[in-house]
Amino acid sequence: MKVKKKSWYLTIGGLLTACMLVFTAVGLFWTPYSPTAVSAPDRSAPPSAAHPFGCDQLGRDVLSRTLEGAGSTLTIALAVLAVGAVCGLVIGALCGYYGGVADALIMRLCDAVAAFPSVLLALVVLALTGPGKYNVIGALGVLFIPSFARLVRGEFLKYRDRDFVQSARLMGVSQLRIIFVHILPNIWPVLLSGLTIGFNNAVLAEASMSYLGIGVNATEPSLGYMLKDAQGVLFTLPWCTIFPALAAILLILGVGLLGEGIRERMGGTAA
Amino acid sequence: MMLDVQELSVTFADRQEPFTAVDKFSLQMDRGEIVGIVGESGSGKSMTAHALMGLIPRSRAAVTGRALFEGVDLLPLPREVLRQYQGRDLSIIFQEPMTSLNPTMRIGKQVEEALRIHGKLSPGERKAKALAAMELAGLPDPEGLYRQYPHQLSGGMRQRVMIAAALVLRPRLLIADEPTTALDVTIQAQILDTLKDINRQEGTAILFISHDLGVVKALCSRVVVMKQGRIVETGPAEQVFHHPREDYTKLLIASRPSRKKLRGGGEHE
Amino acid sequence: MGKALLKRLALLIGTLLLVSVLAFTAFSVIPGDPTASVLGIEATDQQIAAFRAKHGLDLPVWERYGHWLSAFVRGDFGQSFKYDKPVAELVISQIQVTLMLAAVSFALILAISLPLGLIAARRPGGIVDRAVTVLTQVTMSVPNFIMGIGLMFVFALVLKWFRPEYVPLEQGLGPHLAFLVYPALAIALPKSAMTVKLLRGSILGELDQDYIRTAYSKGNSRGSALRRHVLRNAMIPVVTFLAMAIGDIMAGSIVVEQVFGIPGLGRMLISSIGSRDYPVVQAIVVLLAAVVVGCNFLADLLYRVMDPRIEGR
Repeated sequence: MKVKKKSWYLTIGGLLTACMLVFTAVGLFWTPYSPTAVSAPDRSAPPSAAHPFGCDQLGRDVLSRTLEGAGSTLTIALAVLAVGAVCGLVIGALCGYYGGVADALIMRLCDAVAAFPSVLLALVVLALTGPGKYNVIGALGVLFIPSFARLVRGEFLKYRDRDFVQSARLMGVSQLRIIFVHILPNIWPVLLSGLTIGFNNAVLAEASMSYLGIGVNATEPSLGYMLKDAQGVLFTLPWCTIFPALAAILLILGVGLLGEGIRERMGGTAA
Repeated sequence: MMLDVQELSVTFADRQEPFTAVDKFSLQMDRGEIVGIVGESGSGKSMTAHALMGLIPRSRAAVTGRALFEGVDLLPLPREVLRQYQGRDLSIIFQEPMTSLNPTMRIGKQVEEALRIHGKLSPGERKAKALAAMELAGLPDPEGLYRQYPHQLSGGMRQRVMIAAALVLRPRLLIADEPTTALDVTIQAQILDTLKDINRQEGTAILFISHDLGVVKALCSRVVVMKQGRIVETGPAEQVFHHPREDYTKLLIASRPSRKKLRGGGEHE
Repeated sequence: MGKALLKRLALLIGTLLLVSVLAFTAFSVIPGDPTASVLGIEATDQQIAAFRAKHGLDLPVWERYGHWLSAFVRGDFGQSFKYDKPVAELVISQIQVTLMLAAVSFALILAISLPLGLIAARRPGGIVDRAVTVLTQVTMSVPNFIMGIGLMFVFALVLKWFRPEYVPLEQGLGPHLAFLVYPALAIALPKSAMTVKLLRGSILGELDQDYIRTAYSKGNSRGSALRRHVLRNAMIPVVTFLAMAIGDIMAGSIVVEQVFGIPGLGRMLISSIGSRDYPVVQAIVVLLAAVVVGCNFLADLLYRVMDPRIEGR
């Protein structure tokens, strides 16, 4: 009876995300100038036709640097999601499906880890490993496992005793096949919504850590580092701050709206 | 005449097509009378009750016709004036005793809430009246229940709490919207007895709504049978039950025993 | 209630012990012997032996943990490698600043989100509701440190409402708070947006419940039904959310302190990580964990008082 209402969340979120993905994807392969090329005459140049986002105090093109930084942030966030979601999925699925003592222990540990903010924990891990892109990915990735594991486990608990699972079991379908072929497709929407939240948390964590100077190396591109560098010239060269900040915000906003739209589709009002 | 309902209609306008849930319902009730409305789910009987209580949001549905309570038409009254009647002159109890009480408010507070809204009594006086109403509703140990929470009570007890809360100001009309449907059969009978006692002791008129003609027959002097928002048949309870004129009424009577068998016990008071 | 409470308390202590073991392992075992990095490669054997004895590095691991833990609960957080000072001395004034910042942020979250949530829920789908929804969705997407930079730009540089220079408590509580309001806003705004959203949904969900119909039937107006019945029930999930937000607020303080140049725990943590001053990092981590776990425990108590249904659990 209920008519499918046009979802503004999905439409706007999808459009915005698509734009940002194109923007960042471009940044991975092509930038109008070299992000590190220093040009003395362009020092502190305001936005113009040649440099749409202006130049920083060293004469580096802010557009090129923003493109590259956003690309790097996106790669790191996706890699973190890949580590966290895949490991979390497997652990959560096995825990939810089999239960038992191992499940109880693992979930206790997950609860304990999830009680602390991931930025804080990642800082601690990076304190030991030192900065660097791969260390950030590793630290955040591992720290994202518990939230996905809990999410997936909850869904598996819901499905493991359903009729279609029971009948598959009676027909002699192997356990792994039940888990990954029969149950998994049912939890896609929930997982997808979890992925959007995870993505935003990853972007936020990476940007924050790099801003603190403990994320990627100073030589690696990052929106967080750009914002840190730009803070000294916040008043005189505001474009050095505005554009990378806007890139981060729009990326998070788009994916956030997308997640909202997915939740809205999944059931009732978005809460 | 205490209640005179003339051509009451309820039309929902918030859907694709306007939907008329109640179509030209009319009913007269005297003081102290017990009248039943019977029909299947979706027949508009609950909607009628809610419309009389002023519980249908005006933004969602248009309520037309007249509902004279002691000579005053309740329907066009502004909300602020209607509130003076709700809970003081007319009260209602609902089908779902499990969810109709606020889960985080103590029983005593919920019973005496109408007293707070409609008057200025001291806490001691309020409590005395609440305990008396709980006694009247057949609740054992009102003093002990006063400080308990709804989740600590069985469904039957909760429905008695609802009755106590509805009666605390001794309204002249109590609308009972399927009050026993969600309850076990034995408890159903006990609650019906309690309602009868209240009617006898306090002279409270009761508009009793049910899908069960047998229950209505045991309690009411007159019956209105509804189907798809309209009145199908009306008359003295005995007559409608034993000599139904309409096929639909016969169908309702015929379907009764099987339904009773289906409903198992399981809840104990 | 008593039994459930004891269980919670046991869980609290267990979690803290687990954190302490992890922190100890992370900073006292994994990095290996700090001797070389602190004393340099030219240190004599005597110097090394003296350093190891001084920091208890010559003892077995569990004994070192025992010493460290028993000292920690007595307020002795060890000796900083870098400053050669007791860590407690270094950390104690910083934690005050950070806790103050977090407290102001928390107060701001309440002050911003409760009225907005109520206003938005008043007419769902109305203009105000839609405006609040858009505003919250956008605000939620701004990382707190970017919010901090934005506030700094607008209020310190353009409007010149405050000088971007930390005002310590010694200069008076008023000026101290007047400065802290801006970094606290940076932390509070994104969190408030989430709280508004949750509260709005929660209020609308409660308004749909059967007991609200009962409330109206007794003659309650919309306002009194909201005050008497809805608010308390709608606040239950919000309390849980706010409890979990405390960890985020602490993490937010650490980042935002950097934006506003506030000499708090965050600054100390970052510089200690940079200089690999592990005893300091370790102490800060355990202290932060204690704050987070302790606040969650308090929230759990509050939750129990607010919702009588969970008494038995």
